[in-house]
Amino acid sequence: MLEVTNLSHTYQRGGVVHTAIDGVTFTVADGELVSIVGPSGSGKTTLLRCIGGLLTPTSGSIVLDDVPVRQVPDGLAVVFQDYSRSLYPWLTAVDNVALPLRRKPLRRAQRRGAALAALATVGLADSADRYPWQLSGGMQQRVAIARALACDPVLLLMDEPFGSVDAQTREDLEDLILRVSRSRGIMILMVTHDIDESVYVGDRVIVLTRGPGRVRAELLTGLPEPHDQIKTRELPAFVRLRAQVGRLVRGSPPAPDGSGRQEGHADHS
Amino acid sequence: MNPGTSVRDSPRTGKARAATWARGLAGVAGFLLLLQAASWLKIISPSLLPPVFTVLARAAGLPGNGQFLGDLAATVQAWAVGLAVTIAVAVPAGLVLGSVPLVRSATRALIEFLRPIPSVSLIPLAALLLGAGLRLTVTLIVYAAVWPVLFNTIYGLDDVDPAAKDTLRAFGFGRLDVLRRVSLPSAAPFIATGIRLASSVALILDIGTGILTGRIDGPGIGAFIADANTGANGTPIVLAATVWAGILGISLNALLVWAERRALRWHHAYSVEAR
Amino acid sequence: MSRMRLGSPWRWVVLVVGVAGWQAWASWRHDPFFPAPSAIIAQMHQMWFSGPAAHLFLTADATGNILPSLGRIIAGMGISIALGVPIGIAAGRSRIMAGYVDPLLQFARAIPPVTLAPVFIVIFKIGTQMEIATIVFGTIWPILLNTMAGARSVDPIQVETARVFRLPWHERLTWLVLPASLPKIFAGLRLSMSLALILMVFSELVGSTDGIGYEMNNAANAFDLTTLWAGIVLLGILGYLLNTVLIVVENRVLAWHRGARQLAT
Repeated sequence: MLEVTNLSHTYQRGGVVHTAIDGVTFTVADGELVSIVGPSGSGKTTLLRCIGGLLTPTSGSIVLDDVPVRQVPDGLAVVFQDYSRSLYPWLTAVDNVALPLRRKPLRRAQRRGAALAALATVGLADSADRYPWQLSGGMQQRVAIARALACDPVLLLMDEPFGSVDAQTREDLEDLILRVSRSRGIMILMVTHDIDESVYVGDRVIVLTRGPGRVRAELLTGLPEPHDQIKTRELPAFVRLRAQVGRLVRGSPPAPDGSGRQEGHADHS
Repeated sequence: MNPGTSVRDSPRTGKARAATWARGLAGVAGFLLLLQAASWLKIISPSLLPPVFTVLARAAGLPGNGQFLGDLAATVQAWAVGLAVTIAVAVPAGLVLGSVPLVRSATRALIEFLRPIPSVSLIPLAALLLGAGLRLTVTLIVYAAVWPVLFNTIYGLDDVDPAAKDTLRAFGFGRLDVLRRVSLPSAAPFIATGIRLASSVALILDIGTGILTGRIDGPGIGAFIADANTGANGTPIVLAATVWAGILGISLNALLVWAERRALRWHHAYSVEAR
Repeated sequence: MSRMRLGSPWRWVVLVVGVAGWQAWASWRHDPFFPAPSAIIAQMHQMWFSGPAAHLFLTADATGNILPSLGRIIAGMGISIALGVPIGIAAGRSRIMAGYVDPLLQFARAIPPVTLAPVFIVIFKIGTQMEIATIVFGTIWPILLNTMAGARSVDPIQVETARVFRLPWHERLTWLVLPASLPKIFAGLRLSMSLALILMVFSELVGSTDGIGYEMNNAANAFDLTTLWAGIVLLGILGYLLNTVLIVVENRVLAWHRGARQLAT
């Protein structure tokens, strides 16, 4: 379980003071997939970097599985938005995926085996020995996801992971993440600016305010399993949720809700 | 999760720049002290290698030596003349080779054969052919320095934005005009870099020729070093001259950088935003 | 554009015409300073390449001079790489260390290495050691400075990736910093290679007991211009071969780099 309590971070650089996030509090349960969405400038990336131990927040606490996070914790994996710069161009796909495994006391064959298994999960077993630049954008991001999964993480952080791929590929990747979430039961925290995506993918959607970022609202999506790109997005529940999130992101008051979709709705605005 | 440019990038604040300066100074001072200590402690035998401070003292005294000043001036003169001739030869040649693919292809094998020949290997031959004097040094400088300027001119032309050229052609300008108004200005930074590379090569040939041919070939730092070398206990003087050669190298390079910035002020690569 | 696709044969036009012209002129004029190409090649063959087949056709003269010269270049470059790359990486990754060391490096690199050849003679006496010292002093700077530049410019996202996956420092070095710096390191190597050739010849001209430069010096003193020209041609060939080897190695090692850059453009 991930507990974020009263997290704040202020940047100070050369006399310029900028508070990115201010008092963010939420939790993520085991196996939950949480989307974080908000207008630009809401400190989403700062929030993610603090949780990942890459940034020491100015105040607040982060506890992962009862262990406070001070630097990069064990069992963390990250998928960046810019896959072309995150994968190492001098390594093949399988070597890229196996790289984080070098930390563990495994023999070379074991590492390669685990990497190949991870690539198979994302459907790229055939491309193991290709270099990143030989793969399409969507495939590169899959490799990045495989790399994140190969070390069996407890928490997976994703920062606008599908922002740089085309729409069709994005749909495939969204479904992939859903499959991974259901089959592996890891905690996934996904930052996105795409409202539809946040509702489609997330078990819960956390909406941040404009900077300094605070939690504006948390919504349980509760959409029926399994999610389907066409069918789920047609559901009245989806449409309503989507509109609700949309209004929250824009900062306008949420519309009065006629049906019973209030469970778990906490408005902190 | 783009970390963006780290704070560790080029120090822009006054404080950071002062800190860098201080560290640099400390580094130089520390290094010199280390060497001096090694001499004092006899780790480096003083008969083999004179202590640093002795060398620096000699170096400080050299400008008082009239012959040295004359040699310094002669070296700079040869460098300047050599570089000027190099530019006059290499830039037009580069423009032709860069613009006319036929010529470029035809001369490719010739250039590939000439280029690897180390210029210093021509010193004995040139000395026999041309005899002593400025002519010898300048010829050798030109032979060595032509290559960086030539190639950088060609690369610079390769890099010109085709859209800019096409725009001018569409307005009815001829090929020569396009060259003058678009290609040459666009390639200017490349050419400038080539000239700076050529400058250090030129200095090597300039001083190197002097060392090999000695004072019969005329004045120069090389001749000065050759003289000092033959004398007894000349090592401190040779090292002192070396220090000055280094200062000369840095100064000439700084001169070229300054000239480059002034001449290419208008170029976008030098705009304030780019810094 | 059919004009652009000039194939191999055309590259040789000017060179062949030039050499043929020289041959014709030399046969007519018999200028001692410019012996005919045929005479030069004959001299090269007689001096160096007319040995027994078991020795790759190399004469004793060749093994006694060409091989030592080559050996000095390789040894010098080897030392420069062994010293320059680690220092360059350390200075490149640590901005603080770079601050201390940079002005020193800039000054050292500005010193024309030829000026130190006499000094090295005093320290090491005439011979191989002095030559290698001269070569190392000249070739280490491009390698060191280029390595520094390469290590400094590693993509921050790649660095963050290493951080996030908690790679230990030695894994980071091997799998991130070194490969990322290789393109710039090779650029430095190419510069250093041509410098190595120059410095080898120069140090042999200044003082040596064997080597190509030594032979050329003797030839110059004896007014043997054919041998002098032979030496020049040989050096050109050696320079070309060394460069080619370097390019072949670079192409293999940096195959991933070319592929990635092609995509980026």
